[in-house]
Amino acid sequence: MKVRLLDIAHARSGDKGNTSNIGLIARRPEYYDTLVKQVTAERVREHFAGVCLGKVERFELPNLNALNFLLYDALDGGGTLSLRADPQGKTLSTALLRMEIDAELPE
Amino acid sequence: MIRIANGQGFWGDSPDAPIDQVRDGPIDYLTLDYLAEVTMSILQKQRSRDPEAGYARDFIDVVDRVLPDLLAKNIRLVANAGGLNPEACRRAVQAVAKRQGFDLPVATVSGDDITGRIDELLSRGIEFRNMDTGEPLSTIRDRVRSASVYFGAFPIAQALAGGARIVITGRCADAALVLGPMIHEFGWKAGDWDHLAAGIVAGHAIECGAQGSGGNCQDEWQTIPALADVGYPIVEADADGSFVVTKHTGTGGRVTVASVTEQLVYEIGDPRAYLTPDCGADFTSFHLSQDGPDRVRCTGVRGLPATPNYKVSISFAAGYRAIGSVAYAWPDAYRKAQAGARILRERVARLGFEFDAVHSELLGANACHGIRTAEPSPELAAQLPEVVLRFGVRSQNRAAVDRFTKEIAPLVLSGPPSVTGLGAGRPKVEEVMAYWPALIPKSEVMPVVSL
Repeated sequence: MKVRLLDIAHARSGDKGNTSNIGLIARRPEYYDTLVKQVTAERVREHFAGVCLGKVERFELPNLNALNFLLYDALDGGGTLSLRADPQGKTLSTALLRMEIDAELPE
Repeated sequence: MIRIANGQGFWGDSPDAPIDQVRDGPIDYLTLDYLAEVTMSILQKQRSRDPEAGYARDFIDVVDRVLPDLLAKNIRLVANAGGLNPEACRRAVQAVAKRQGFDLPVATVSGDDITGRIDELLSRGIEFRNMDTGEPLSTIRDRVRSASVYFGAFPIAQALAGGARIVITGRCADAALVLGPMIHEFGWKAGDWDHLAAGIVAGHAIECGAQGSGGNCQDEWQTIPALADVGYPIVEADADGSFVVTKHTGTGGRVTVASVTEQLVYEIGDPRAYLTPDCGADFTSFHLSQDGPDRVRCTGVRGLPATPNYKVSISFAAGYRAIGSVAYAWPDAYRKAQAGARILRERVARLGFEFDAVHSELLGANACHGIRTAEPSPELAAQLPEVVLRFGVRSQNRAAVDRFTKEIAPLVLSGPPSVTGLGAGRPKVEEVMAYWPALIPKSEVMPVVSL
C-alpha cells in the first residue's frame, strides 16, 4: 500500500554551507527497515529534483532508527548567499516527509 | 554527577532563557552558544567600524541580569560570546561586575582569529583549500574578511582549572562549551576518545537550545506542552561518559527519545565519524532510553582519535543582495503573483546590469519546499486567499542591486490588481558574505588562555 513518510517518520533538517542535511527518524522501530529499503539516496534525489542540484548521500543510524541524508548543492549557494525564503533549508525536513512509498507495514 | 545547562542556542535566542536556567532549578554550569557563520560576518562588520566591538553584546546584558544568582549558587558560565573580540567582551563583563560590586576571575580563550596571519600562512604553503570544492584560497584572497579557527574543549577546561567563574571564548566547536566542563570535572585526558566523544554527543544534544527539549520538534508537535514556558535542555553528566538529557521540573517542552533523536541528527554528516577538534564521535554507537518523564539517558558513546587539523571558517565578500515582497489577494492570487514575477523578470532583464542570481518565489504556494510534488493543484491554487510574491537579486555590483530595489514598488500600481506592497518601502541593499571552510594543521595555531 501507499504510505506517506509523514505518517511513519519525523525529521529535522539543517545546513553546512551549500549542503542540506535531513535526518529521517522512524516513528516506531518496526518502521526502520521499511525506510532503509524504500527511502534510497536515488529516490531522495528524484524527490528533490530542481532543489538539490548535486548528489545525495545516505547514512544509516540503526541505533536511532534513523537515516541521515546529505543533499549537495541544495541551498542556492548556502545560508548567507541564498535568496530563498528558507536559505538554510530548515523546512526541507517536511519536504522529505511528503514522499510516498510502497510499504507493507508491520503491525 | 554535574549538571550542564544550555541557555542560548544562537545569537538572537531568548534573553530570558539563561536567567530561567539559573533560577528554575539546580545547575552547575551554564553554557551559551552565540556563534554561527552568519553571526561571524555581522561581528566582523561591527569590529571593522569599532575596535571595541566584535563580540555578542547581548551577552553583557545576560551577565548583568544573572551575575548575582550565578555567584550565590556557585554556577560557572561558559560562552562563546567573545566572537572576534574576546578581550573587549571580558572588559565589558568586568565593568558590569565592578558596577555590581563583584570582583571575579573571568577567562578568555583566544588565538582563533587568524585573519591577520593569512598571508604568512599562505606563504608557508598552507593553501586553505576549500573543503567542499578543493579550490585554493588564493582564488578569493583579496575578498577575505575574517578567518576563525574552531578550537576544542581543552582550553575551556584549562580556564576552569585556573579558577575562572566565567569563560569567554572566540570561535570553538559548539559542543566544546559542554565538553570543557566535563574534562575539568572528570579529569578526562586527550586520548580518552570514548569519554570525549560522549561529551560531544551531550553537547550536540543541547547546543541548539530548546530545539533539544521540544522546540521545533515534529514528533507529535501538537501535544508538546507549554512552549511559551519551554525549559531549555540540561545534561546530567557522569564521569563514565553516560549522561541524561533533561530540563527543569515545571517548565514547558518535552524531552523524549524522539525529541532528543531529532536534535542528534541535526547538522551531522557521516554519523560514524562526526569530527571535532578533540575527537571524532560515532553517532551510530550509542543507545538512548527514556529514564522517567522528560529524561533521556544516553550510554555507550564510542569515540575516534582526533585528526591533526583544526577546521577554519573563512568569510569573504560575495557581493550584494536585496529582496522585496508584495502580496496578492483572491481572486486568482496565485496567477497574479506569477504574472507579477514575470513582469519583474522582464524589467530586471532590461536594466542593463549583470546579476549573479535573480530569484522569485510564491510564499503561501510552495516557496519553502520548492519541490514539484508540493506545487498547489489548479483547484487549490485558484482558491488561495492570498499569495506573497518574494523577489530578490544578487550581484557583485552594488549599483545593480540598488537599481533593482526601485522596481518592486511600482508593481503595486502598474501590475496585476488587488495587491499590497506590505508597507515595507524599498528593499534594503545588504552586503553578502560567503564562507570558505578549510583546514589548518594544529601545529600552526595555539589557543591562548588568559585569566
